[in-house]
Amino acid sequence: MSMRSPLGQARGLGSAKDGTHHFWVQRISAVALVPLALWFVFSVAHLAGGDFYMVRHWVHAPSVAITLVLFIAAALYHSMLGIQVVIEDYIGNEGTKIVGLLLNKFLHAIVAVSTIFAVLKVALGS
Amino acid sequence: MSHQPPKGLPSRPLSPFMLGQYYRFQLTSLLSFAHRLTGIGLSVGTFLLAAWLITLAGGPEAYGLFAKHLTAWYGQILLFCWSWALLYHLCNGIRHLGWDIGKGYELKTAYATGYAVVIGSLILTAAVWAVAYAK
Repeated sequence: MSMRSPLGQARGLGSAKDGTHHFWVQRISAVALVPLALWFVFSVAHLAGGDFYMVRHWVHAPSVAITLVLFIAAALYHSMLGIQVVIEDYIGNEGTKIVGLLLNKFLHAIVAVSTIFAVLKVALGS
Repeated sequence: MSHQPPKGLPSRPLSPFMLGQYYRFQLTSLLSFAHRLTGIGLSVGTFLLAAWLITLAGGPEAYGLFAKHLTAWYGQILLFCWSWALLYHLCNGIRHLGWDIGKGYELKTAYATGYAVVIGSLILTAAVWAVAYAK
């Protein structure tokens, strides 16, 4: 007989009250990153040796700017989820862990917003 | 090991006594370890990529200062490591997605896909650098 209450079982959120959310979004971002990351590395390889104006011209194309923003968003989200697991696994002290988890979220949010803003600035600029 | 067991307890080996003498090296555990290590490395790498795009928005001077380091020998080595780490994490990530749907857990399959990931990531890395340098 299960010790879990019928309500707890129906909610399926477990003791961490989070259910499978982290697991699931990590997989969704992983699937999205397969084509996006391949597109990115091969595009950058094509740009090799190019100067400022060539790279700016590349980002200026709407299709590139859109894919770049999608890649940055997916990569930083996936990175945030991964680093969160590393912090939870290796930091034992509860206070240090909470500070680490907060810094992880804030840092990724700041970098994501700044980078997407930078891409839009280049793409929408003259 | 210099650790002494508490008084009154029999002398037993303490962790990590298994390493070296008894623990047999396995490809599968090494690849698992490498997945997490490359993941941490890629987080740092993504921040550098962010810096690249932010300096691009900053203008030719800011971009030039940053690009100077990327084209230097140490920058090229870093980019090479970054590209392999990304492609390894990508290939092994696909292996993980297979496990997530319950496929590939047999020992033989786990080794076969493990070797495939190592070889596949190296081929893809070579392809990326061939594109970069063949121009």
